[in-house]
Amino acid sequence: MSLLFYIFSGLMLGFGLMVIVCRNPLSSALCLVISFLGLAALFVTLNAYFISVIQILVYTGAVMVLFLFIIMLLDIREEKSKDWNLLALGGGVIVLFGFVAQLISVLGGFDEGKQKMVPFPEDLSHEDVKMIGVEIFTNYNFHLQVLGVLLLVATIGVVVLSRQQGKEGSENN
Amino acid sequence: MPTLNEYLLMGGLLFAIGLCGVMIRTNIIVILMSLEMMLSAANLTLVAFWRFGGGEGLPAQSYNAQVMVFFVITVAAAEVAVGLAIIVALFRSRQTVEVKELRSMKG
Repeated sequence: MSLLFYIFSGLMLGFGLMVIVCRNPLSSALCLVISFLGLAALFVTLNAYFISVIQILVYTGAVMVLFLFIIMLLDIREEKSKDWNLLALGGGVIVLFGFVAQLISVLGGFDEGKQKMVPFPEDLSHEDVKMIGVEIFTNYNFHLQVLGVLLLVATIGVVVLSRQQGKEGSENN
Repeated sequence: MPTLNEYLLMGGLLFAIGLCGVMIRTNIIVILMSLEMMLSAANLTLVAFWRFGGGEGLPAQSYNAQVMVFFVITVAAAEVAVGLAIIVALFRSRQTVEVKELRSMKG
């Protein structure tokens, strides 16, 4: 259990680092897919099976395919300039180390966090989809409807964005 | 068995990598991917707190945390769809996805 935790954490963080190091956006996207698979495995170790499945379905199944599609549609190649922007690189690394130092100092004093995980209660271990469904459709019903409207607005927004662009393009030509 | 702090550390490290990516990369698509990474790291933290929320390493009684993660994932998917549509529109008018070359608002 602990070994699997470290394997999947390493997979997630290693390929997450590859995302920002790779010069080619295509390899960045593929590394992000593996990083998200590691994250989904971590959700399984936390007994959140439903979240793990929708993480794989939504992120690696839908979002990353959209990313790859856009990268190939726009035909984005490797960045030509090999040199990094030193100011941005320095700032990014300083923020990275500052954040990690802050994180370690906060977690060091967080006694609640030192509790070890105990095995999940047997009677609850296959209930999570049912419990989430009950929760969504009773206490969070209104929120779910708002979310539906949000998705509708996003769909309409995407259609309008691409249509307007097409019209301008035809006027220019 | 892992402790809560280990999960929080992994979530924090993934968030830090995403933050670093947003700052150092100039390709707008990779910046969007780093944003996705930061959102997922926040989700991992939320689920970890749910799993240890009952004290003594037991999960919390209610499933509110997982419902919230579900909502976050949905909103993130909508955000990616709109963001990529904007990137395509931008690419059609400017022929670039490098933020260094997108500076028409710079004085």
